[in-house]
Parts: sequence; C-alpha cells; structure tokens
Amino acid sequence: MELVVAIGIGVLTGSGVWLLLRPRTFQVIMGLSLLSYAVNLFIFSTGGLRTGAAPVLEPGGVGDLTTHADPLPQALVLTAIVISFATTALFLVVLLAARGLTGTDHVDGREQDR
Amino acid sequence: MTHLVIAPIIIPLFAGALMMLLGERRRVLQTALGLAATAALVVVAAMLLLRADGASAAEVQLYRLGNWPSSFGIVLVLDRLSALMLVLASVLGLAAHVFALARWDRAGAHFHPLFQFQLMGLNGAFLAGDLFNLFVFFEVMLAASYGLALHGSGTARVRAGLHYIAINLAASLVFLVGVSVIYGVAGTLNMADLAARMHDIAAEDRALLETGCAILGVAFLIKAAMWPVGFWLPGTYGAASAPAAAILSLLSKVGIYAVLRLWLLLFGDEAGASSGFGGTWLMLGGLATIAFGSLAVLATQNMARLAGACVIVSSGTLLAALGAGQVAVTGGALFYMTSSVLAIAALFLLIELIERGREVGADVLAVTREAFGEGAEEEYLDDDEEIGVAIPAIMALLGLGFMACALLLAGLPPLSGFLAKFAILAPLIGTGADGLPATTWAVLAALILSGLACLIAMTRVGMDAFWAAPGPPPRVAMAEILPVAGLLALCLGLTLMAGPVMRYMHDTAAGLHAPAGYVGGVMRP
Repeated sequence: MELVVAIGIGVLTGSGVWLLLRPRTFQVIMGLSLLSYAVNLFIFSTGGLRTGAAPVLEPGGVGDLTTHADPLPQALVLTAIVISFATTALFLVVLLAARGLTGTDHVDGREQDR
Repeated sequence: MTHLVIAPIIIPLFAGALMMLLGERRRVLQTALGLAATAALVVVAAMLLLRADGASAAEVQLYRLGNWPSSFGIVLVLDRLSALMLVLASVLGLAAHVFALARWDRAGAHFHPLFQFQLMGLNGAFLAGDLFNLFVFFEVMLAASYGLALHGSGTARVRAGLHYIAINLAASLVFLVGVSVIYGVAGTLNMADLAARMHDIAAEDRALLETGCAILGVAFLIKAAMWPVGFWLPGTYGAASAPAAAILSLLSKVGIYAVLRLWLLLFGDEAGASSGFGGTWLMLGGLATIAFGSLAVLATQNMARLAGACVIVSSGTLLAALGAGQVAVTGGALFYMTSSVLAIAALFLLIELIERGREVGADVLAVTREAFGEGAEEEYLDDDEEIGVAIPAIMALLGLGFMACALLLAGLPPLSGFLAKFAILAPLIGTGADGLPATTWAVLAALILSGLACLIAMTRVGMDAFWAAPGPPPRVAMAEILPVAGLLALCLGLTLMAGPVMRYMHDTAAGLHAPAGYVGGVMRP
C-alpha cells in the first residue's frame, strides 16, 4: 500500500514539476493542479495508511483509540483542497486575461526569439 | 476586553463582506466603511501594542477560539512581536487606503473589499498560534494580494501577476509539504506545543523533522524574497498600482516574521540537538540577498523597480541580522524592519506621484479602460479628470519626501534608518573583543555597501526626476500627499523616540530568544 501511494505521489510530483517548468500557461496550470494532488495525497498519507480497516468503528465492537485513523490530516486535506481549488480557478482567470491582453499563451507574454 | 485580540481579524472580515453586499455602485458608503474599518484597526492595534507592552516580558495574551485547550483547539497568540506587526500593518493599511481614495480605488473593480481581506490575512498571519492557521491566513492574504497586484489591469500587471501567482501557488504547496512532514513526525501543529516537544524528538526522527522545518522555511523565504528565490519581487511590485505596492511591501515581511517566530521558537537553546539549526544558512542567504539586492538597485532605471530592489535589500539585511542569533542584534533588526517598512511604503506612494508628471501611468490607465470594455467606461477612471490642484512648489515637497526616503533606506543620519543600522552593527561588533569572526565582517561590509548602493541609485534617479524633469509639475491631491507625509513623520517619530522604541524592540527580542515564556503562556491549562 505504501509503495503504491509513494509511487503515485512521486509520479504526480514529477509530472507536475515538469509541466510547471513548461513555457505555455495551460501547461503551468496543469502542472500546478497535479502538484496540488500530489501534496494532498502526501498530507493524507501522514495520517497513516491501512487497508481493510473500518472507517470509524468495527461493527459491534467498542471504540478503541488505536484503531482510529488520525482525523487531523483529513481535515487539513479538506482545507488544502478547497484553497488550491479556489486559487487554481483564480489563476485560470488571470491566464485568460493574459491571453487576451498579450495575444499569446507564453508565460512571459511574448514568444521567445528562435 | 479579552476579545480584543480577535478584533484585527473580525473588523476587516465583516467590513469586506459588507462591502461585497453593498456592491460597487454605492461607492460613498463603501469608502466610508473602508475608512472606518482601517481607522478602527489602527486604534485596536495600538491598544493591543500597549497591552502587550504592559505585560511582563515572558507573558503572552492567549485567545482560544471555542475555548478548547491549546493542544487541541485553535488559538490566537498576541505577544510583542505580533503586536508590533499588527501596528505596522494597520498603519500601512490606513496610509495606502487614504492614498487610494484620490483615484486608484476607481481604477478597477472591488478595490475596497480586496483591501480589507488583505488586511485580514495579514493580521491573521501575525496572530495565528498554529502552523495550519498560519497557512490559511497566508492564503487569505495571498488571494487578496493577487487581486490587488492585478488592480488596474493592463498588460504589464497581468504579465507580472501571472508569474507572481504561479510562484506563490507553488510556494503554498511547499508550505503544505513542510507542515505535513512536521505533523507526521511531531504530532502537533501548535507552534508552542511543537517547541515544547522539540527536545524529546527521537534521534532517528530528528533529521526528518529538520527536513520538514527546512521545507517550511523555503516557503517563507520565497515570500521574503531571499536570493535565489526572490527574482519575482521587483517585477511584481514594480508593476502593481502604488497603494497595492505599498501594502504588498509588507507581505515580504510576513515571510520574515514567520522565520523569526518559528526559527527562534523551534531552534532556540532549548531545542536539544537541533539548537541553532539553519542559522548559518539564514546568514549566508541574507548576505547573498543583500548582494543581489544592491546590484539590482544599481542596475535598475525604473523607479518602481528600484523600490522593489530596496525591499530585497531590506529582507536580506533582516535575514543576515537574524542569522547572527544574538538578542541585541535581533532587537536592532526589529527596529530596522519598522523603519524600512515605513520608508519603502512611503517610497512606493511617492514614486507614483513623481512619475505622474512624466505621464508614465497614463498609458496603463488607457489599457485599463480598454480591458473593462466600452460600457464600463464612465464607471472607472476618466483620464481628463482633474486630480487635485497644482500645489505650488509641489516638486519641492515631493523632492523633500524622496530625499527623506533615500536617507532612510541608505541608512544615513539623521533619520531612523541610520539608528536602525547602527543598532544592528553595534552589538555585532561589540561582542568581538578578541577579533571579529569573518561572518561579522561580511555582515558589516554588506550593510554599509548596500547603503552606499542605495544612495548612489537614489541620487541618480532623484536627479533624473527632479532636476531634469520636463513639463509641468504633477497634479497631486491632498489625500495623496498626506499619507506619504504621515509615513515619513512616523519615521521621524521613530528617530525622536528612539529610546522607548528601542526598549520595546529589545524586550521583544528578549522574549523571542527565550521561548519558554511563549510556550508556557500558550500551553497553560
């Protein structure tokens, strides 16, 4: 389980960083989105990973602190998702404004001289 | 009266929300509400400062939201450092707001609510007692700053804003990684709780925790514009409208604030094996930042970018001084921060007034109208509108203000910039009775040379603007000259009242260097 999550985070981060460094604004925003997924998964994994466990309580059993998942990273992830979603939407607007004003989708607002 | 601690967050939040409900059309009401809110913030911040100063050195004011114990709940913490930052934010807020009323608030949509949310984010970041709320308020502050940086629109602003937003989104993700690594290792996000647990972290986990803190530090240093992660700053601040740039110049100091707070709290003398972690890097980074900032100051021709480069020099000076890790030097650095924040904000406002005579802003405003479409034309700024009156000898007034800014930033007597640099350097030299270490010499040289670079660049730009100025003098409204004069008068006040102010700064530094008081104050049952 850890290996799958770790590889998933690694692949998302790698692709995200590569896209972030690309010259087109659309690639940058995709890169930022992928990076934010990677970071959200990373935060989530700090609460500990278990498979086949009950969400809160075992049926018929009494609650035990050792079987609970740590709720705090989940709360952090929720907040982080909302914030990154909002800021990505804002970035999208700026991206469109930049496209409209400069007439190009290059991040510097002008094509590089070849 | 215990609820006063949350007032700096509540007041702008409600003012901003109410403005959104009122809508853009009721401008008079919005303006009145905004002015009332920013003025109230100054009063509240001053009251909080007096309260923080009245307490004994180790004491902090704790505000528990929902009244949960500190280890579980969300807390706001007010100590001398937060109170100082609150006062700085509110004073800058009032000055920039009054300045904007002359015309900038009409250069685009939603200036007033954005401005209030900006202040809310700043105040929240200064009061937050745990890392995650620090993150949340950072995001509130940044989201508002994106809007303010783009205020007035135009190609230059959108282009610079695009870079600014991309870099800050990436920095926020780095922030989150740091926070979650720290939580994974230490099991808490409350800063005081974290500091208390630093000593007992198992040896095999310590490297991971230090990595988390270093990642977090990178996020803060991007905000503070340390070399090599600060190249975004001059472009963004130079392109932003004057009142926005004035308030944005405080944003880079939020990064410094976070480093100051967390580094001294987590890696003080009581941190066991981690004590002093990263101090050398702060100092080296600070020195590199000063060097880069000084070169940028000398290289730039554009006045607004010059002010941006001055922000970088000021950040570098603060980081280098913090890296020294001495109480007296930190006290001097706090004095320097206060003086340079006020001076740089005044400079950003002044530059807009000076450049107005040179018709630089006119083309930007023309683009604004275009971007908002034909229908919105009458709602936004009209270029032919007469702004203020042609005050006789206005150039002389502006020139005097510019000269004061130059003296403050270069650190020359008789203004507070000199006292601030002296307050950093004197304890640094004073400690080395048997020969100074190389780093001290480096800081000494960097501070003095950066002052020289500032002076050369500002003299050159000033001669260009005031002695070789073609055309009629700019038309300036009273509402625009007053905030600049007010900010510079505060610097003069800092000079005249240097004794009590330095005493406050040294108490602050002493509190920061002895984190046991902060930890005890926050974690008390």
